[in-house]
Amino acid sequence: MSRTRLSNWGRFPVVETELIDLYDENRAREVVLGSGSLIARGLGRCYGDSSLGEKVISTLPYKRFLTFDPETGALTCEAGVSFAEILEVFVPKGWFLPVTPGTKFITVGGAIASDVHGKNHHKEGSFGNHVSRMKILLASGEVVVCTPETHSDLFFATIGGMGLTGIILEAGFRLKKIETSFISQKIKPAENLEQVMAFFEQSKNFTYSVAWIDCLARGASLGKSILYLGEHAAQEEIADTPFGDKPLFYHGKGLLGVPFDFPSGSLNSLTVRMFNGMYYSMNKMKSDGPVHLDPFFYPLDAIGNWNRIYGKKGFLQYQFVLPLEKSHTGMTEVLQAIAKEGRGSFLAVLKLFGKQDSLISFPIEGYTLALDFPIMPGLMKFLNKLDEIVLKYEGRFYFTKDSRLKPENFRPGYPRLDEFLAIKRKYDPENIFSSTQSKRLGLT
Amino acid sequence: MKYCLIIGAGSDIAKATAAKFAAAGYNLHLASRNLEDLKKTASDLAIRHGIKAEALFLDVLQYETHPGFFAALDPKPDVVIAAAGLLGDQFAAEKDPAHARLIMETNYVGVISILSESANHFEARGSGSIIGISSVAGERGRKKNYFYGSAKAGFTAFLSGLRQRMNGKGVFIMSVQPGFVRTKMLDGVETPAPLTATPDQVAQQIFTAWKKRKPVIFTPPYWRLIMGVMKLFPEKVFQKLNF
Repeated sequence: MSRTRLSNWGRFPVVETELIDLYDENRAREVVLGSGSLIARGLGRCYGDSSLGEKVISTLPYKRFLTFDPETGALTCEAGVSFAEILEVFVPKGWFLPVTPGTKFITVGGAIASDVHGKNHHKEGSFGNHVSRMKILLASGEVVVCTPETHSDLFFATIGGMGLTGIILEAGFRLKKIETSFISQKIKPAENLEQVMAFFEQSKNFTYSVAWIDCLARGASLGKSILYLGEHAAQEEIADTPFGDKPLFYHGKGLLGVPFDFPSGSLNSLTVRMFNGMYYSMNKMKSDGPVHLDPFFYPLDAIGNWNRIYGKKGFLQYQFVLPLEKSHTGMTEVLQAIAKEGRGSFLAVLKLFGKQDSLISFPIEGYTLALDFPIMPGLMKFLNKLDEIVLKYEGRFYFTKDSRLKPENFRPGYPRLDEFLAIKRKYDPENIFSSTQSKRLGLT
Repeated sequence: MKYCLIIGAGSDIAKATAAKFAAAGYNLHLASRNLEDLKKTASDLAIRHGIKAEALFLDVLQYETHPGFFAALDPKPDVVIAAAGLLGDQFAAEKDPAHARLIMETNYVGVISILSESANHFEARGSGSIIGISSVAGERGRKKNYFYGSAKAGFTAFLSGLRQRMNGKGVFIMSVQPGFVRTKMLDGVETPAPLTATPDQVAQQIFTAWKKRKPVIFTPPYWRLIMGVMKLFPEKVFQKLNF
């Protein structure tokens, strides 16, 4: 237990907090019963302040695999187990995560609290969709097991509940059977937003789809992008590659690391424009075929602390989703605003979500766009402008990426928020579980 | 298939070290008092490493159960790691003889009682390794933890003597002196961050040193220097120091 200055992946904000390690249930219970305000934290890969607070309980020491059924792929584990560890242990045995976001350095507890989504959302839903059981430590100190049948209100409020219902101690979910650790990739360059959206619509049968957008392209090229499609490769598809005899090869290591902070401001619109141009032409030439799942799902994980390229001031990630019928008009307006402002987003990812109706999980049917912005003067004002566009098209923002929204801008996107808060109050009437974010947004 | 017995397997250093042996293909007998929790650790190691891991109840203070416990192990271990320990509360121990005894018996008498069973077995069969997790606290008594430290000093001396006895008999005895490690034993204790290692770092060092047959290691290694310096202070100076 010690006072420490803590921030998450965006390195903004930095909060002074008391950090406590979760070693066992009894110790965790003591901490919960003796706390005014507490939030659980895993690997801190949310971008903003979702897992910061007065007291933070780290689930990282709590990371055991508890049961695994090699017939069905059903796995139960403690909340601090990371996706990276799951991949290292299970890919060689022929199993993969049912859903994974663009980094494997997240914990199971965090994946549930954020109800993370991946490139397969349109077909297989969010991570919470695959969870069958959770063990949760409540504000009362009681530990309950919840499933879609027992304590179902708690179960569904905890999925996507940002840690506000209690501390997730254990979770059960099913892994997905794979023949190889490779993905058959198809790359489709799109000239503009219209075309990439058409490609998404046509590609609904692909398990994985995501597009990378050049945010600085304007005019007729607005929304110029590259669509990546993927399927798990069958054994015969990689037979002629050097991995033909080791189809489940998994390395998982090999971080390059960014050993120092780039000077703040080194990512300006010129460097981003260069990067985007390079990326676009490089990938246009890349041929279709099998790629290993690690670079397919986690291209940025290969560079350890890539957040440091944004310098000490940190960066913001901005992610929203627009309802399907408003996506085209809304995205056009957002992209126009970004291009006009000349604000480079190093990473801009477009994805079509399938249907989902959860309490406060992020995904709804429609297009989502994720953008990175280095923190620079004038950024907040610009993002306020983007907020207005998103709200105009009835969009919603992603808690996990947020560090700056005002309550009035975030609430309209979540019509089931009051339902969630009622369950939160039932299990945590004194708001023991609260974060810097939940307080900022007026949830606790 | 080789087996490794871990005494006090609930400790974080023990768990991390067990993982190193499991990764090297050893099956595990994990022993401690908290059987329910230990079963989870056993499942975890079995799933991760594709080995057999069994959780066994053992109380190092129930001396009379030790011969039976060791006799029942089937197959017998090739490596025994003694990691059971209790830091206790120094201040409480000064006032409460029962607590003082608990610290001393757990770290010294209890651990040695079960280790002696293993030592005799290894001596008879002419092979085996014993790795004792002692502590830098045993290098020189300090007011902050001398009940714990004196028991660890005794344990270190025991391992040293056992090593001489086993010399030339095919049995390897290793002493490990960890410094500050980020474990639940030190949960709530402020330790200087640059001097605080993780259980995994310590475990990796133990495993590497065991393979190289190093009889005594400090982990992390700079603790050998720190304790070397600490032992140099004349008693008249040392008694006035406040650390």
